[in-house]
Amino acid sequence: MNMINKEILNKSEEQFNQDNKTYFGFWIYLMTDLLMFAGLFAAFAVLRSSTFGGSGAAEIFNLPFVLVETLLLLTSSFTCGLAIFFASTGSLRKVITFLFLTFILGLSFLSMEIYEFNNLFREGNTPQRSAFLSSYFSLVGTHGLHITAGLIWMTIMFIYILKKGLTKGAVRKLTLMGIFWHFLDIVWIFIFTIVYLTGVAL
Amino acid sequence: MKNKILRSYLIGFILSLICTFTAYILVLIHISSAHETIPHIVLIPSILLIAILQLLIQLIFFLHLGQESSAKWNIILFIFTCCSILVIVVGSIWIMYHLNYNMTSLQMNQYINDQSGF
Repeated sequence: MNMINKEILNKSEEQFNQDNKTYFGFWIYLMTDLLMFAGLFAAFAVLRSSTFGGSGAAEIFNLPFVLVETLLLLTSSFTCGLAIFFASTGSLRKVITFLFLTFILGLSFLSMEIYEFNNLFREGNTPQRSAFLSSYFSLVGTHGLHITAGLIWMTIMFIYILKKGLTKGAVRKLTLMGIFWHFLDIVWIFIFTIVYLTGVAL
Repeated sequence: MKNKILRSYLIGFILSLICTFTAYILVLIHISSAHETIPHIVLIPSILLIAILQLLIQLIFFLHLGQESSAKWNIILFIFTCCSILVIVVGSIWIMYHLNYNMTSLQMNQYINDQSGF
């Protein structure tokens, strides 16, 4: 009896260590991703006044529009956190509801960004126009690509938990996705502050 | 325990909202007063500080950094990354500022003409 208990204990401990390794590995990935964003931020900070006679940040950015984008992403980060929390308590319906809310909010954020880019393109503010616009599009575009990847990941998770339910593996995958989504929101805070707020203020 | 996690998400969300709106309103005041009420030298550091504050809020209340069992290594890695970011960003700005400073616009135009771009 004692031995069986010990075996079970060892096994669960092994699983626990395995999960922790997975989280740590994902955290390493996020930190390297952050370094890439740092490079893009540095490029933007250096090139932000090199407009080559074109329009600068103050003329092309629409602050209220960007504020709505920011609020959408912030709320989606919150609802994503709630979804992960309910995954750990095992209530499938609440997980689905909050994950769906997160997905809708993320999708509206992405649509607003695409609309904004489209408007800039139509006004002739393409990446080829100036070094400022090149760095702007690469920084914000890279963030947008990450959001797209996050939305695809979310769709896959929907199918996964609808098919298999809230298994241990599903909860772990959901937690990783949640960390990724929070990370994207944190990067956006700095894009909002450094690109848009300082861009318009200076 | 469970209510505690739920409450931490709610607190994080509300604090983040406050940070976002404070930064936004500061910039609005700055623009509407034609850059007079709050000078640049106060505004830029304060909105950067608010952004860093919001980063810390989200790390603590959303990501629960420092509460997992592998917390030590997560935090060490995060601090190391922050140092690297500081070197990359501040270093780039510093070097490029000096290049601009040491080159007049006439020299710059001459350089661009000679090399047909950078």
